[in-house]
Amino acid sequence: MSDLENFRQEIRSWLEANCPAEMRQPVTDEGDVCWGGRNFVFKNEAQKQWLERCVAKGYTVPDWPQAYGGAGMSPAQAKVWREECARIGARPPLSSFGIWMLGPALLKFGTEEQKVHYLGEIARGEIRWCQGYSEPGSGSDLVSLQTFGEDKGDHWVVNGQKIWTSYADKADWIFCLVRTDKANKYQGISFLLFDMTTPGVTTKPILLISGNSPFCETFFDDVKVPKHQIVGELNRGWDVAKYLLGHEREMISGAGGGDRLNAIGAVVARNGLEDPMLRAELAMFDVDALAYGCMGEKFLDEAKIGKAHPAQPNMMKYAGTELNKRRHELLMSAGGATALEWDSERTNGGSPARSWLRTKANSIEGGTSEVMLNVVAKRILDLPGA
Amino acid sequence: MPLYHTEDQAMLADTVTGFMADEGGIKQQLRYYRDMGCQDGFGHALWKQFAEMGLTGMLASEADGGLAMGHVEAGIVLREIGRNLTPSPFLTTSVMGVTALSGGSDDLRGRWLPGVIAGDSVLAVAIDESPKHRPERIAARAEKAGNGFRLSGNKSFVVQGASADAIIVAARTSGSDTDADGITLFAVPKDANGITHENLRLVDSAMASNIRFDNVELDGDCVIGQVDGGRELLNKVLAAGRIGSAAELTGVGHGAFDITTAYLKTRKQFGRLIGEFQALQHRAAHLYSELEIASAAVIKAQQLLDGGAEKAELMVSVAKAKAARTCNLAVREGVQMHGGVGMTDEYDIGLYMKRDRSLTEFMGDQYYHAERVAQLSGY
Repeated sequence: MSDLENFRQEIRSWLEANCPAEMRQPVTDEGDVCWGGRNFVFKNEAQKQWLERCVAKGYTVPDWPQAYGGAGMSPAQAKVWREECARIGARPPLSSFGIWMLGPALLKFGTEEQKVHYLGEIARGEIRWCQGYSEPGSGSDLVSLQTFGEDKGDHWVVNGQKIWTSYADKADWIFCLVRTDKANKYQGISFLLFDMTTPGVTTKPILLISGNSPFCETFFDDVKVPKHQIVGELNRGWDVAKYLLGHEREMISGAGGGDRLNAIGAVVARNGLEDPMLRAELAMFDVDALAYGCMGEKFLDEAKIGKAHPAQPNMMKYAGTELNKRRHELLMSAGGATALEWDSERTNGGSPARSWLRTKANSIEGGTSEVMLNVVAKRILDLPGA
Repeated sequence: MPLYHTEDQAMLADTVTGFMADEGGIKQQLRYYRDMGCQDGFGHALWKQFAEMGLTGMLASEADGGLAMGHVEAGIVLREIGRNLTPSPFLTTSVMGVTALSGGSDDLRGRWLPGVIAGDSVLAVAIDESPKHRPERIAARAEKAGNGFRLSGNKSFVVQGASADAIIVAARTSGSDTDADGITLFAVPKDANGITHENLRLVDSAMASNIRFDNVELDGDCVIGQVDGGRELLNKVLAAGRIGSAAELTGVGHGAFDITTAYLKTRKQFGRLIGEFQALQHRAAHLYSELEIASAAVIKAQQLLDGGAEKAELMVSVAKAKAARTCNLAVREGVQMHGGVGMTDEYDIGLYMKRDRSLTEFMGDQYYHAERVAQLSGY
């Protein structure tokens, strides 16, 4: 047996022994997701146990180095881990912007001290992070951001406002783009980390069309940030920001796994599928979804060995989010009038409709589809003037 | 297994890409044989060169003198055939034909494979009997007669059928037209009595034959595999043809895409390169995305097929449907973005559009395969 096959057996028996049965059920609502953090309330004992067992083995971040709380898996081993988890339908033990976004940026740009400290907290699910990027006047044109950090010697004093800050009201810390030089557009931004309980930080949830409030407005009023809480060099935060955006787009693309890669025709058909035109559309969708699943696998395989084009996450984000919006349009059509119910028990509180509405943000957040296409045209296709 | 080429496969790709760019180009091959009115629809000289490079027998076993490679490797060749629109008997002969013969006896393989591997002979595959791909229905019949069979029936869209030294025919030896069982594959020599070809030129300048078999006498040695038990082998041949045509389609799509983006970077209107217009940039970027996804589905299906995985059948249909839809988008966008010159025979983009049609139809179009995806998924 090859080393990788031995490894697969090892993972398989570990999962068999350690992944609680409840954690092998599909995620059906937000409460099923384990976000970790100081104030996180576990939904049940199984969720807590699953997290603790994975943390002990470094499996919340399997391909991070062991020194930073990971399991030190090679790309091939990490793929085996994903495949074995998918095989039994194991939920991710921990979901976090720390894992998906800040972690990779710290691994590339952080100091050794920052890596040990922050990555360890992320891996153990102790600190929940949020992302301070967009501002009311800086959406697609992110680099025009105005939140300002005034140099006060050993610290900055930050003033300004962020918007669309996902779960800012639940997060412990924020990674935040702050202008530290008003004269330079691109080279005048720094990447700062600070505690959301720092005096002067306030958040206000935004009510969305889904009826939920996952996003917030976040206000900074004379917030003191110590100088050592910067990632990368002063005024070079845009490099960190862009690198992190690649990972954010990869995350939103759904390439890493989960229901975004699944076909839906068979699931819909369980409740009856009498309309031949809808069936045909579902079949065409399933072709696209299964093909996209292959693309996700290929993208991750290539990314791990540095073979993917650096701008490829933009393509993945574009394709994955447009596909997901189409998925939910079809699920709404398949559900008929039942899918319109807003707060009934049998729809789990309007889950189909709310999920459908939530997906409309997919192609806006983290860079709109139009911006993604711009980036692909410029950086991959090298089209003129793009 | 990671979804990219191994080192050996990447080396093969480099070799084949260079070779096909030098020898298989549109001017030397497609236009040359088209404009001379070639009744084979392809050039034998290039086929001989394929043999010298070992490509003709790449799927045959080493014992049979081949390279014992798989669909990933064959797909590398097909992609370059697609990119260059090279008329070639490679798909019907070296992919489908060899897959069929590999299920045959030592004698049968000894009779046909050496000629194929040497680049001296070509094979055709006769399965469909109507304008659309419907291999579930096979009405052509081979009745037992003495030690052999007597074959009668009609086969359509047999690509390069009139040029083939042997035609692999799927015929019914028992049961009714739509039964799964009762199928037998035959290797029918071209000179057998009672074969009539209606040899037709297709839109992409390929030659395809509608063949009438009228009481063709075949000896028992012509049977490939088991009498009445040929469906499984037929399915292998179909899978080979489907994933092969999908791989070729991604080559056609990428070829069309490359010449189109090159055009966007040189054509000026309103004092600007037309590639500066966002309306075109977004469409080109969308097309890039679709082509990447189609290529990923193709390599996944190839790997699954080579590994004998259970899911291979589903992924082959996903790959063919996705490749067909995507390549069609590529050639339509290509002609539109070329503007008026896209309608001329002088520019190559229209040739890509023609090839896309033929290849999509071959072994099932996107509708056939999307339907199959639904059925294999259980709805």
